[in-house]
Amino acid sequence: MAWVNAIIQGVLTGGLYALFACGLSLMFGVMKVVNLAHGDLAVVAGYVAIGIITATHIPVLWSVVVVVPVMAVLGYVLQRTLIQSALNRGVLTTLIVTLGVSMVIENGLLQFFTANTRGIGPNLSLVTSSFSLGSQIQIAWLLVVIFAVAVVVLLGLQYFLSGSKYGRLIRATADDQEAVQLAGADYRHVFGIAAALALGTVALGGIAYGMYADLDPTAGTDTILLFAFVAVVIGGLGSLWGTLLGGVVLGVAQQIGAQINFSYEVLAGYIVFLAILVLRPEGLTTRKAQS
Amino acid sequence: MSEPVNTAVSEPPLLEVSDLTVHHGQLRALDALSLTVMPGEVYAIIGANGAGKSTLLRTIAGLHQPTAGAVRLDGEDVTVLRPERRARQGIVMVPEGRRLFGSLSVEENLQVGATYARPGPWTIEKVYETFDWMRSRRGQRAAQLSGGEQQTVSIGRALVANPRVLLLDELSLGLAPVIVQRIYGMLPQILATGLTVLLVEQDVSQALRVASHIHCLLEGRTTLEGRPADVTAEQVEAAYFGLAGTGAASRSAEGSEA
Repeated sequence: MAWVNAIIQGVLTGGLYALFACGLSLMFGVMKVVNLAHGDLAVVAGYVAIGIITATHIPVLWSVVVVVPVMAVLGYVLQRTLIQSALNRGVLTTLIVTLGVSMVIENGLLQFFTANTRGIGPNLSLVTSSFSLGSQIQIAWLLVVIFAVAVVVLLGLQYFLSGSKYGRLIRATADDQEAVQLAGADYRHVFGIAAALALGTVALGGIAYGMYADLDPTAGTDTILLFAFVAVVIGGLGSLWGTLLGGVVLGVAQQIGAQINFSYEVLAGYIVFLAILVLRPEGLTTRKAQS
Repeated sequence: MSEPVNTAVSEPPLLEVSDLTVHHGQLRALDALSLTVMPGEVYAIIGANGAGKSTLLRTIAGLHQPTAGAVRLDGEDVTVLRPERRARQGIVMVPEGRRLFGSLSVEENLQVGATYARPGPWTIEKVYETFDWMRSRRGQRAAQLSGGEQQTVSIGRALVANPRVLLLDELSLGLAPVIVQRIYGMLPQILATGLTVLLVEQDVSQALRVASHIHCLLEGRTTLEGRPADVTAEQVEAAYFGLAGTGAASRSAEGSEA
């Protein structure tokens, strides 16, 4: 029964990892940018949510309505300024620039908010309540909700990419940047929209993580970015639903590792990651971003 | 509309390239090149590999920035405009190698082309009417089409933007002659909708067949230009290969550069 429990918990955690990963995958798929600040931006979203909740006393979940658009706008601006000018100097420059952004964010957060951990809505009934399956399995409502949110986000992204004007332009730009310009589209604007989507989704990831665990200034790189990377690679680069599959595989591996020995939790995830890299380096799904 | 009416010429030129110089790094690809395209013309640029034909077209489309010179569309200077702005103003290119969006369906390729379209006669429906095989395969991914089919979709993607000047870069590249014939055979139908074509072609006989004006390039300079009826095969050959300038070709070249 303990093993069943581990698998169920692992699958549900995969939803959280998919929220971390889908934006990273989208930005890589469209503009070939590996955004090393991706996790830190999730943490920023969490801190902004905490700030808004503390300052205005709005209900915790309402902060999502504010934070997600704010992060999306930040994503657009960041793409059109720093990341675009790095892209103009070559794709490798984007690694250095986003690493720089990551360092600035982490040290900025340390400076202004100290290294203390913070949670989002720790007393919320959504965060504290759970239900039982049988006598031994306790499932946190929060994880179920996060998993559902991840599925809804992926469905929304898929619907947007396949059905809308800008979704079509995003896929076209990923295929051929120059041809898109010849069709009258400013690819930099299209990149901006893709970055806005990416940061909107990772803002949800940051808030979800702040409710599930605790945020601290270094969680962005130590946890969120690394797990996002692993989920993307396991699922297959540029594949949207692959991020959920990758997240689930990572989550299950971690829970099973923890079941064997609590200190194996993180290690087990990376062992699966390495195994996938060796045995199936293209990832478990090889479908393109639109599928 | 604000153009002063020229009494000598009934129409102002649609596309004017003046003293265009383009560098690829140290290499001078185009050297003070000028040309004038009148409305309704099929203007063909011919020349050997490396003559600067594609560079010329790409610079007109805005994909290269010239080091000197100007590109004007209907009297308006577009030299500093980005390619997407030029496309929206009516300079639309069918790029060399077709460059379809491979993961998108045929119809989605056309939809992308129509996203920022100018008003005009061409719609996706009209493209389906003109190229009738396309409708039944509109759901197919562009990457799965044959080369000739891809070229046709690429032309359709440009047409739905309702260009004023359609730039065609090496349509025949990598296609079987019979397919090339068929694609060029569509040209009259396209021209009937009132657009102007500026094309680059390596296949000289093909260019002479379809063009109302030819312009031969050699190492970034003009060596011959005129109406196909007014130039002889020897002149074209001399201009194409840059043979020693004793014949009519070199006189014509001097005349056009003056």
